[in-house]
Amino acid sequence: MKTSAQRLWNITVVGLKAISRNKLRSFLTMLGIVIGVGCVIAVVAIGNGASSSIQNTISSLGTNYIMIFPGAATSSGARMFTGNSTLTAEDADGIKAECPAVAYVSPTVRTAAQVVAGELNWGTSIQGVSTDYPLIRSWNVRQGDFFTDQDVKSAAKVCVLGQTVAENLFTSGDPTGQIIRIKNVPFKVDGVLDKKGGNMMGQDQDDVILVPYTTAMKRLTGKTKIDMVQVSAVAADKVQEAQNEIDAYLRQRHRISPTGDPDFMMRSQEEIAQASEAQMKTLSMLLVIIGAVSLFVGGIGIMNIMLVSVTERTREIGIRMAIGAKGRHVLMQFLFEAVTLSIVGGIIGICTGVLASSLIARFAGWPVQVSTGSIVLSFGVAGAVGICFGFFPAMKASHLDPIDALRYE
Amino acid sequence: MGEVEVRALAGLDLDVVEGEFIAIMGPSGSGKSTLMNIIGCLDRPTAGTYKLDGIDVSELNRDERAVIRNAKIGFVFQSFNLLARTSALENVELPLLYGELGWSAGQRHDAARESLSKVGLAGREGHYPSQLSGGQQQRVAIARALVTNPAILLADEPTGNLDSRTSEEIMGIFQQLNDDGKTVVLITHEPDIAQFAKRIVHVRDGLIQFDERAEQKRVNVKGIAAPAPPVPVG
Repeated sequence: MKTSAQRLWNITVVGLKAISRNKLRSFLTMLGIVIGVGCVIAVVAIGNGASSSIQNTISSLGTNYIMIFPGAATSSGARMFTGNSTLTAEDADGIKAECPAVAYVSPTVRTAAQVVAGELNWGTSIQGVSTDYPLIRSWNVRQGDFFTDQDVKSAAKVCVLGQTVAENLFTSGDPTGQIIRIKNVPFKVDGVLDKKGGNMMGQDQDDVILVPYTTAMKRLTGKTKIDMVQVSAVAADKVQEAQNEIDAYLRQRHRISPTGDPDFMMRSQEEIAQASEAQMKTLSMLLVIIGAVSLFVGGIGIMNIMLVSVTERTREIGIRMAIGAKGRHVLMQFLFEAVTLSIVGGIIGICTGVLASSLIARFAGWPVQVSTGSIVLSFGVAGAVGICFGFFPAMKASHLDPIDALRYE
Repeated sequence: MGEVEVRALAGLDLDVVEGEFIAIMGPSGSGKSTLMNIIGCLDRPTAGTYKLDGIDVSELNRDERAVIRNAKIGFVFQSFNLLARTSALENVELPLLYGELGWSAGQRHDAARESLSKVGLAGREGHYPSQLSGGQQQRVAIARALVTNPAILLADEPTGNLDSRTSEEIMGIFQQLNDDGKTVVLITHEPDIAQFAKRIVHVRDGLIQFDERAEQKRVNVKGIAAPAPPVPVG
């Protein structure tokens, strides 16, 4: 037993020496595997990062979140999206009053503006919302207070700042109680929101100013309709029920038959997340396929080099056989060489992949997450590639006739 | 088209006794190479028997012959057949890698070192074949053949690639090893080289033409076993 272990080790060393004698060629042979493994690792890391950020967004929005958008309006039989909203603040109030599965409702009006505070200014998005909004988004005020129902009713010129806006307009000191000017209208800052971070599209959710929707409509946009309604269902498992109730209610209000085309659209947070996750999966799949093809090509590269190497070293094989190497010694030597090449290539590939992932995270700002599973998997695949593609050349070498091999020039 | 059977050897009967130094001579096509392949257990006879060191090796399969080659036969080839980019010591160690005994690295080093010193190459262990002269390379090959302490040394035109002075040196080593009791089988077509053996066998058309005990021409072995002067490593 000891002697056969010794012999196995001896042959391992023979294989290692052959690799180190041809460093450049060994490296070039590995390159296919390096690229394949690196590709798979980086891609899986990007995919994981994206889907975990989607998961984060879902939980940050709440799983019971629903958005209602204005849809195509039917006028004189022609269906088109007119650009004019079909939703009103009254629709939103009605949904809250009439739909039992709905917990909170906020009409939403959106605009963008350059905002001025003292000497500083900042371009940001303005959202007109109701007092339900922080409850729907589970988004609390960090400093000061959110505006009140009274402010909404009276269209008061008050606002709540997102973290990013607060930092950019008030570099020092407490913003609450200060005055900022949005489209030349002075607003009093009531509070500053908690940090929310990026959403799944990578947009900064904290780059926002919240004002009462009534104020936004009256003072900032001059619109009489609202851009969307944000709703939360009473519980995560009531989302479908809430959607059904809202659908029935809005059809009734807008006088649309239950079978007709609605003039509004509804999306639950989950649907949106699923859609983007599906997109992400398709993309990841595609890149994983590229990685797999690259690994396959890398394997063929190894086979090719090993075949060349067997031919080139025919004489060496002959010498080894003449002095007592059995077929299986030669087989193992070449197989071991192939497996070592692919495994070392795999290790370099893993390092490259991890490095590439962190570079992508750093410079492209994408969320990446290197998974242990992908490392183990691609390492295993690299080893398997070595065995599969190394076997044929090794077999060929071991079947050489020592007499012919010795005569080979 | 059918294969035509060519009888390379026909009814050849040869006994080599332990401790002999025999030269097998013959022109090309005489069956000399086939005889050498059979003696070396590289090939096996389609008919007839071959006994080596008391073992009938004519019926053995590939792997069994590999074991016999490793343990019983030390090959010395015309073109040295050393592994390139591999040190002299590692070249000599090579047969021990495949042996049934499972030598440890330390044991292999010691055996290879000793074998190299027997051919006068002590101190050249780390040299690569490209850093050695033809004669020195052939000595490494002889050391490699000796390292497993085989029953016979089988030398196939060992001086074919060497000049006459170096050839004589190499033959001197064979004579010295033979004096120490090693059986040497030399295959050659050069009468000058064959005369260093104790017995000369002529093969022609697969048959032994004549088999004679010759008077051995001795090589002056002075200084051969002594360490050669150091050569700067280039």
